Amino acid sequence: MTSNTAVRTVPEEKSTGTVRAAHPFVRYAVRRVITSILLVIGVTLVTFVLTNLVPGDPVAAALGQRAAEDPTIVAHFRAEYGLDKPLVVQYFTYLGNLLHGNLGVSTTTHNEVSADLAQALPATLEIAIGAIVLSVIIGVVLGTVAAYRRGKVSDHVLRVVSLAGLSVPTFWLALVLYYVFYFKLHIAPGSGRLDSDFNAPHTVTGLYTVDALLAGQLDTFFDALSHLFLPVLVLTLYTVGLLTRFVRTAVLEILDQDYVRAARAKGLPTRTVIWSYVLRGASIPVLTVVGLAFGSLLSGTVLVESIFSWPGIGSYAYQAASHLDLPGIMGVGLLIGVMYLLVNLIVDLLYGILDPRVRIA
Amino acid sequence: MTLPTVTTDEIDPTRLRWRRPRLRLGRWSAPLGIAGAAVALLWILVAIFAPLIEPHDPLAQNLAILQAPGHGTFMGTDELGRDVFSRVLSGASVTIPLSLLLVVMSVLIGAVLGSIAGFFGRWVDELIMRITDLVMAFPTVILAMVIAAALGASLLNAVLAALIVSWPSYARLTRGLVLGLRQSNYVVSGQLLGFSALKSLWRDIAPNILGPILVLASLDIGTAILLLSGLSFLGLGAKPPTAEWGSMVSDAVQNFDSWWLGLFPGLAILTVVVAFNFIGDALRDALDPKSNTLRGGGLTL
Amino acid sequence: MSILAISDLHIDLRTSDGPRPIVGGIDLVLEKGRIHGLAGESGSGKTMTALAILGLLPDSMTATGSIALTREGSTTELLGAPRQVLAGIRGRRVAMVFQDPSTSLHPQISVGRQLTDHMRHHLKVGKQDARARAIQLLERVSVPDPAGALKKFPHQFSGGQRQRIAIAVALACDPDVLLADEPTTALDVTVQAGVLQLLRGLVDDIGLSVLLVTHDLGVMSAVADEVTVMRAGVIVESAPRHQLFTAPQHEYTRSLLAALPGSTLEESPDVLVQELLGAPTGAAPSPATADAEGDE
Repeated sequence: MTSNTAVRTVPEEKSTGTVRAAHPFVRYAVRRVITSILLVIGVTLVTFVLTNLVPGDPVAAALGQRAAEDPTIVAHFRAEYGLDKPLVVQYFTYLGNLLHGNLGVSTTTHNEVSADLAQALPATLEIAIGAIVLSVIIGVVLGTVAAYRRGKVSDHVLRVVSLAGLSVPTFWLALVLYYVFYFKLHIAPGSGRLDSDFNAPHTVTGLYTVDALLAGQLDTFFDALSHLFLPVLVLTLYTVGLLTRFVRTAVLEILDQDYVRAARAKGLPTRTVIWSYVLRGASIPVLTVVGLAFGSLLSGTVLVESIFSWPGIGSYAYQAASHLDLPGIMGVGLLIGVMYLLVNLIVDLLYGILDPRVRIA
Repeated sequence: MTLPTVTTDEIDPTRLRWRRPRLRLGRWSAPLGIAGAAVALLWILVAIFAPLIEPHDPLAQNLAILQAPGHGTFMGTDELGRDVFSRVLSGASVTIPLSLLLVVMSVLIGAVLGSIAGFFGRWVDELIMRITDLVMAFPTVILAMVIAAALGASLLNAVLAALIVSWPSYARLTRGLVLGLRQSNYVVSGQLLGFSALKSLWRDIAPNILGPILVLASLDIGTAILLLSGLSFLGLGAKPPTAEWGSMVSDAVQNFDSWWLGLFPGLAILTVVVAFNFIGDALRDALDPKSNTLRGGGLTL
Repeated sequence: MSILAISDLHIDLRTSDGPRPIVGGIDLVLEKGRIHGLAGESGSGKTMTALAILGLLPDSMTATGSIALTREGSTTELLGAPRQVLAGIRGRRVAMVFQDPSTSLHPQISVGRQLTDHMRHHLKVGKQDARARAIQLLERVSVPDPAGALKKFPHQFSGGQRQRIAIAVALACDPDVLLADEPTTALDVTVQAGVLQLLRGLVDDIGLSVLLVTHDLGVMSAVADEVTVMRAGVIVESAPRHQLFTAPQHEYTRSLLAALPGSTLEESPDVLVQELLGAPTGAAPSPATADAEGDE
């Protein structure tokens, strides 16, 4: 469910002249990091503008109706956020606050937004990582199969099914699956990350499954795992459609390449041709899509978590949105924006590793 | 032994300066596209005639609460005694026109900005591309959510938020296409003849970029519907008591065991989006020679 | 002695309007230790013929007829052969060099790996032996610093070097037949001569048999021993090189020759080559020799 059709191509080596490193990959990496930092600044600019563009009094928006009626609180707020100063100064105050981890106070939970998010993030990461890994594996396999059987029945079936998968509203799918698997069939456990008779394992990573394993608590591990089942299933179904289509297109283009024909002409076994030649060639475009899919996945968590009462940033966003908790919403937006940028930066850096044309002059 | 014939698309210099796109009908995508068009048309008619066909007033709360389908209603009633079926029909008249409007406006804004960026280049191009980069740095739903919340929750603001989030992909696409065409013979000759930028864009470039834009737009209608209903689900779009599919599903979460409350609005979204996506897929196969299954050939190793 | 014999080869393309003939019944014999040129314009079916030999035609095409590979007394039918047979032939007995080395070599795999992976598969040699052999091959095709080249990637070489590497890859398992599909077309004119000289040298030195597919008659006249001209899927003329260039029978051949830059049919092909490529092929003909040959 993304109209982010920003197709990434390997960036051209432009002679910057300013950054000189012995290794062209270092030059490439530095340029990408600088671009990312600029984009992060841009992202903060966007959230800042939006916070201040709110029609009506930004104070009321940030503090909530009731707090805004108390003059002391308002005065304190204005002073702290420098609302009487020019906008540019306000922006830098805002930026300064951000760098100190100050994202404001949520009008619903009345906690610091940054504290709320820090607590909620691992829960989301747990399902996001599970979903992305599953989707990539399934998507690459199905996409490659579809490409190899281009024009045959299985290809068409896969195309239709993945298109249907792309068309499903995630929040509805979550609801339906929850109803069927939990309510009616009693296969899946209920809401939340653990059953009520389990305690969360000692926090090392924040991922209950990992932490439970680390603590040797196998019962907790399996319970946490079973609770992961439905949310990960929904998110995977959602992303797999996207990935299958893109991988299919990427592999089709690779199959047209001369080097695949040349590899076959060398008499290499099919297994080797697919693994060493085709998939290696497709690795870069597929990586691009994985980056995009991650963004789509993050969007998905916002729509899905609340249905499973999964205490992640998605639920937090849902709660903040429905109560118009602006600091909360801006906090989530900023966090997800930065996460997405980070993932794309990692993808770009991986290009350098996968494509020798980038890392070697 | 017949000579294999080679056809070339001749550009007739005297008439409209565009290549007629070769239409190929995908073996599966074409019939699915037609089925999709039929379903889409049906829903559009529902959207237009909803007030006439709905058995009850979608806002009236006069029926028995939380009745399962079958006892006099087609899709049951909700927690306030409203007829779900009528609300589903009414929801079409909310979501579908707004989504179509959204796509049309995204295309217009994106294509215009993209054409300007591609045609004039230099700092204009840089500026517009940086803005699209910034917007695309966020996942779509997240940014739309943030904007909609900042503007205040209403259906109009949700559309506005969705618009801000959707135009960049068209800008990028158009810019790429225009850049590709800018150096082509007939554009350059037009400029040598003294065409103004506008005339060049309109006469020479526009007809040739319609195809890919149309494909993207048709595939985007489904996305628009999902985005708008998603925003309403989050409470950032349609406000109660408006019957909107997304907010109906959101209400259904509270009354979990009344399965009919969430199932039908969601099915409505699904069928409409699938229909438009099949249309878009068929269009893409028809207009883009590369993505199609050429000659039914595959690859055996 | 014939090493590859193509008989009555038909290739059809399956379209929604029925089968469309691409190659309509051709016969061709490649003699051992010779370069046989297959000439024609694009669309003449020459590339498909080459692909058919290795069974690399796309699934949408069907081929009938016979393609027989003869070596050491025994003959193997290649057309329609089962997969195991083809797997043993490809790269091992019959190898292929493609037109554009920047696309026929995988940009993300090292040169050394591309030289040795099929070597190790076909010849079952160990890593060290394969590496040593790869260095030998690179020396043979005149790629500088062979040991260092193994670790490099295709984009780090010039176009001409890449094609030489591609030829080395094709030669890695010591094949009997080399199919060269437009091997010089993607290269600069100045570099073409070197690659052609290499091919000629390989034929002369190790007895390689080459089927050289190209639209460029200049290339043909430089290195081919026999030339077959195709047009629209059928053979129009087939003759030893000298005969074809001095006394073309078919008017199509004549028109192709006439289209060569700066050509007059009266000039001997060797002089033609000298003009085109600037590199002498064999002894420069004296007027006496040219007259004598022309009298045959």
